[in-house]
Amino acid sequence: MAVDALASAPGSRRVWITPGRRMWIVSVVLALICCVWVYPLVWMFSASLKSNGEIFGNTGLIPAQPSFDNYVRAWNEAHISDYFFNTLFVTVGSVVIVTIASAMMGYVLGRRRFPGRAIIFGLLVFTLFVPQGYTIIPVFELLSMLGLSQSLWGLVLATSGGSFVIFVLLFAGYFSQMPNELEEAAKMDGVGFVRTFIFVMLPLSRPIIVTVVVMQTLYAWNDFLLPLVVTLANPAIRTLSVGVYAFRGENFVDWGGMTAASTITILPIVILFLLLQRYFIDGLAGAVKG
Amino acid sequence: MALTLESAAPTTRPGLGARLWRSRIEYLFLLPGLAIFALFVGYPLVASEYFSLLQWSGFDADQVFVGFANYAELLGDGFFWAAFWRSFLFALGTVPAQMVISLVLAIVLNNKLIKLSTLFRTLIFLPVVTPVAVIGIVMTLMLSPFNGPVNSLLQGLHFAAGPIDFLGSPDTALPTLMAIYVWKWVGVTLVYWLAALQTVPQELYEAARLDGVKGWQMTLFVIMPIIMPFAIVIALISAIGAMNVFPLIQSMTQGGPFFASEVMEVYIFRNAFASVGGAVPRLGYASAAGVFFGLAIMALTVLQIAAARYLRNREASRGR
Repeated sequence: MAVDALASAPGSRRVWITPGRRMWIVSVVLALICCVWVYPLVWMFSASLKSNGEIFGNTGLIPAQPSFDNYVRAWNEAHISDYFFNTLFVTVGSVVIVTIASAMMGYVLGRRRFPGRAIIFGLLVFTLFVPQGYTIIPVFELLSMLGLSQSLWGLVLATSGGSFVIFVLLFAGYFSQMPNELEEAAKMDGVGFVRTFIFVMLPLSRPIIVTVVVMQTLYAWNDFLLPLVVTLANPAIRTLSVGVYAFRGENFVDWGGMTAASTITILPIVILFLLLQRYFIDGLAGAVKG
Repeated sequence: MALTLESAAPTTRPGLGARLWRSRIEYLFLLPGLAIFALFVGYPLVASEYFSLLQWSGFDADQVFVGFANYAELLGDGFFWAAFWRSFLFALGTVPAQMVISLVLAIVLNNKLIKLSTLFRTLIFLPVVTPVAVIGIVMTLMLSPFNGPVNSLLQGLHFAAGPIDFLGSPDTALPTLMAIYVWKWVGVTLVYWLAALQTVPQELYEAARLDGVKGWQMTLFVIMPIIMPFAIVIALISAIGAMNVFPLIQSMTQGGPFFASEVMEVYIFRNAFASVGGAVPRLGYASAAGVFFGLAIMALTVLQIAAARYLRNREASRGR
């Protein structure tokens, strides 16, 4: 490669830019871009360790006297602890519902033939192209009718609907590509439909299960419009997203508390992302390839 | 919607009843999923249409059927049209930037020789997993006209004479929100492009390299034609995404200042749930706005898909 570059470079200056060196230069430029890219988040973390007076006084990233006062104040006085467990409840609840329901539905749609299959498929795909953000009024009205408009359970249920169709299609696509021999062998051994699903098919679909769990966790943890509307009349059941948003309206000048609350909000999801990155990426990539 | 399925299956064809009964386990398996789908996806789609024909001032209030009066009023509402076009302007301003920036990054990161390319991808993806409410707080601080880091930097470098009130001035609010939106979502588009680039066979690179193709020529003439079909899908997904910007805008400007950043979703929310100055909520009217806008988006989506089909067919016939 280096010889190649030498031969094709007429001027003496070009000789210095060998492919290897060029990659180094590109890497350094990329590193700089990435530093700017995540600077706001790093800055937020740094601000959460500073006192309110220091945040705008000392614009450097290293706090003079790092302290966790902001965290203590946000956690105890600003109800962030309550919001944290509300969010955890909604996230875990909706993940359980969504994963089980979409795996069952995807399995049947992807592998079985039965009357009405095409219609259901058609309906699912159709709704993919309908913007979801515009259905908040009926969703809230439905929750009111069910008597769940001010409860965490209502939030769990409605949050389950958010990306449900995509997950069903992910499962259906994955199951439909599995070889028939598996089911046939199970049938020969006298294993029934339900047990084949639970003990043969589900374990094989582990990558999709993890993808769905991870994507729904991200969705539920970060969801904003629905929890905002549901908690308008009942602040006690706010999730972190809404709690952090309300924090700003209520404690206008407590930037330290705000950045601490923000850090508490993003920490679990960022850790989850770093650990299970591959599944985030695969889930997203699957949307384009499908 | 899904509820009509069972009843819509008539027993005209012989043996259908038997076939339905034979598939009872399948239907049982569908039940939980269909319930979620019917309640929170299907029903809202149908119900919004009905609500849009009502005069309805709160979830506890009576519903009065008013026909198409809401739609007639919408057509004459300057705020509605301003929000309507602003939503498209937002998509127009963000989607191309998002796609180009992420494509350039993807092509660079796809090169295995780049040091730490996975780490870079991770860092660029971080804003994607960050909740918008948090981004609202961080960016408000970063862009604060009172000694915020961005303004300090701009003034330190003498790019700006005085502090710029990025989010507080009607002229800069929307462009600033667009920039923040692109920053937040480039990571997703980057992953899409990387997935597309993985489909380019390695042999093709080798062959092209042997033919003396390199650098930007490789990108333009070898890679681009292959990933073009993906570009249309990515544009479609990104455009739909750019219509769902409520969280970002609500948590940063609430549509202000002076409605300068009020996109359609914020307009709907304001009319339905957060009427300014204690005005009566107008759920029917807000539904009408939602239905109208939803239909416009669907029409655009169909157009985009049709265009994609057309391009692909032309490509295929040229290939032959």
